[in-house]
Amino acid sequence: MNDTIAVVNLSKRFADVQAVSDLSFNISKGELFGFLGPNGAGKTTTINILTGLARPDNGTIMIGGMDCSQKHRAAQHLIGVVPDESNLYPELTGFDNLCFCGALYGMPRQERQNKAQELLKVFGLEEAANRKFGGYSKGMKRKLTIAAGIIHEPQILFLDEPTTGLDVASARQLRQLISDLHKNGTTIFLTTHYIEEAQRLCNRIAFIVSGHIVKIDTIENLLQPFQNIHVVQIICADTDEKIHHRLANSFPDMNFIFVRKDIIRIEADKPILAGAVVRFLEEQEIEVYEAKRITPSLEDVFVQITGIEADAMKKEKSGMGGKT
Amino acid sequence: MKAWIAFWNILVKDMRSYYLKPPNISWGLLFPLVWIAMFFIRSGLGMDSLPNLLPGLVALSILFGTTSVLSVTVTFEKKGRSFERLLLAPISLETLMLAKTSGAILFGTINALVPIFIAMFLIDLSAINWVVLFPAMVFIAVSSTFLGLFIAVSVKEVFEAQTFSNFFRFPMIFLCGLFFPIEQLPIWLKPLSYILPLTYGADVLHASINNSGKIPLVLDFILLIAFCVVLFLVTLRNIGRKWII
Ligand SMILES: Nc1ncnc2c1ncn2[C@@H]1O[C@H](COP(=O)(O)OP(=O)(O)OP(=O)(O)O)[C@@H](O)[C@H]1O
Ligand SMILES: [Mg+2]
Repeated sequence: MNDTIAVVNLSKRFADVQAVSDLSFNISKGELFGFLGPNGAGKTTTINILTGLARPDNGTIMIGGMDCSQKHRAAQHLIGVVPDESNLYPELTGFDNLCFCGALYGMPRQERQNKAQELLKVFGLEEAANRKFGGYSKGMKRKLTIAAGIIHEPQILFLDEPTTGLDVASARQLRQLISDLHKNGTTIFLTTHYIEEAQRLCNRIAFIVSGHIVKIDTIENLLQPFQNIHVVQIICADTDEKIHHRLANSFPDMNFIFVRKDIIRIEADKPILAGAVVRFLEEQEIEVYEAKRITPSLEDVFVQITGIEADAMKKEKSGMGGKT
Repeated sequence: MKAWIAFWNILVKDMRSYYLKPPNISWGLLFPLVWIAMFFIRSGLGMDSLPNLLPGLVALSILFGTTSVLSVTVTFEKKGRSFERLLLAPISLETLMLAKTSGAILFGTINALVPIFIAMFLIDLSAINWVVLFPAMVFIAVSSTFLGLFIAVSVKEVFEAQTFSNFFRFPMIFLCGLFFPIEQLPIWLKPLSYILPLTYGADVLHASINNSGKIPLVLDFILLIAFCVVLFLVTLRNIGRKWII
C-alpha cells in the first residue's frame, strides 16, 4: 500500500526485440531500488516506460498512487529523470540550462536561480557556470545533466547509469549525493551495470537479463545463502596436478578451485584454517605469497543467479561504461 | 501558474536561441526586399503594381518566417534528445506544443510587417483595411506554423525537415492564388488549391490590401481557423504516436 511505484506484468517489444517482458516489482516510498543488468538488458526501456517516454505493450503502472498505464504522463510532476546520455541544450550556459529545467517544473525565477547556483557549487561547476554546455567535457556534461534532474527536488528520481563517464572522485562524490538524497526521503530508481555500486547504494536490487527480472531481493537476503560459505584465496608459486591431488586428499572437508596455476580458491562450510594449507604448500616447496579471507559479494550472487560471468560486466567498468 | 512559467520560458528560450539570432533576422529582412526587387525587374512594372504584390509578399514572409526555423529546430532538439526534457515536464502536450510554436507564430507575424513597412515609404497604404489585415496575418502565421510542426513530426533528420518543408511550401505559393488567380489554374489543380489553408489567407490579404477578395471574409476566417485546429490536433496525435514510442 505504501508503494510509490508498482509495476505489474510490464512488457514492451520493439520490432524484433522483446526489450522487457513481464516485469513486476514494487518500490516503497523512500527506497533506493537498483536495476542491475548487462548492456541491452532493458534497463533504459523500463525507465522510459515508467517516465512516460515510451508506451508499454502490456502491464499496469502505478506511480505515486496514480495509474500511469493509460495516462502515461500523469505522474510527471512527481518525478525527476537523469537520462543515460547528457541531453541539455548545447547553446545555453550551464547556469541557464539549470534555470530552464527548473522553469519547466514551474519553479519561480528567484528560487530556480538560487537552486541552480547551489547545485553548480555542489557539482564543482561554478567556474563553468557561464560557459556553454556544448563546450563542456564529458564528465562535466554528466554532472550538469544530473543537477538538471534534481533541480526541482523530485519525490521520485530515476537515475540511468549515473556514474558512467565520471572519474573516480566524481563518481564517489555522486554516490554520496545519491545517499544524501535517499536519506532525505527521495525514492530512487537506479540502473547500473556496476555491481559494487549497486551493493554499496541500494536497499533492494533486481537483476535484469534479456528483459526478464531473474531475481529481486534485499542485499542481505541476496547474500544470505553465501553467509555460510567461507572462502580463502591463496596466491602462490605455480602449482600442478600432483599438488592439486595432494591438497584434495589432505583436506577432504575443503573444496579447492584452481583459478589459475598460481591462484587457489578454497571454499568450505565452516571457517577455514588457512595456516594449515599454507604450511602444507610450503612443505611441498610451493612458496606462498598471500592468503586472505574473502567475504562473498553481490558479484558472486550475480554470477550464480544469472550465469553471466561478472568479468563481462567488469570490462564495462574499466572502460568507464564503454558504450558507443 | 506553473504551466505558465514553463510555457513562457520555453518561448523565451526558443526566441533567444533560434529566432532572434542575427542570421535569422537578416534573412527575415532581406527576403521581402529581394522578392520586391525581383518582381520589379522581372515584370518591368511601375510602383503602382506594388499593392498587387503586397499580399504575396506578406504571405511569403509569414510562410518562410514560420516554417524555416520551427521544423529544423524541433527535429534538431529531437535528435539531440533535449526534446525529451520537454516531454518529461509536467505540462500537457497541448501547452508544450503551443509554447514551442508561439515563437514561430510571433516571428512570422512580425516578419510580415517588414514588407508592409517598406511599402509604406513607396506607396499610399491608406486603402488598407488594417482591422482585417492583422488578424489575417496572425491566422496565416498560426496555420503555417502548425503545418511546419506537422512536417517536423513526420521526419527524423534535420535535412529531411528542410526538404520536406520545401516540398510543401513552393507548390503552395503557386497554388494559393497569391500570384496567379486560382481561376486561371488548370481545372485539375483547382481542388488542390482549396485544400490549402494559405488559399483562404491569401484571399483575406487580397481583400484587405486592395479589396480584391473572392471568397466571403467570414468563410475565409472560419476555414483558416478550422485548418489551424485540425492541423494542431492531428499533429498532437502524431506526436503521441510517434514520439512516445
Ligand atoms: N527505440 C528502440 N528501437 C528498437 N529497439 C530498441 C529501442 N530501444 C531499445 N531497444 C532494444 O531493446 C533492448 C533493451 O534496450 P535498453 O536500452 O533498455 O537496454 P539497457 O539495459 O538500458 O542497456 P545499456 O546498459 O546498454 O544502457 C535492446 O535490445 C535494444 O536494442
Ligand atoms: Mg541503458
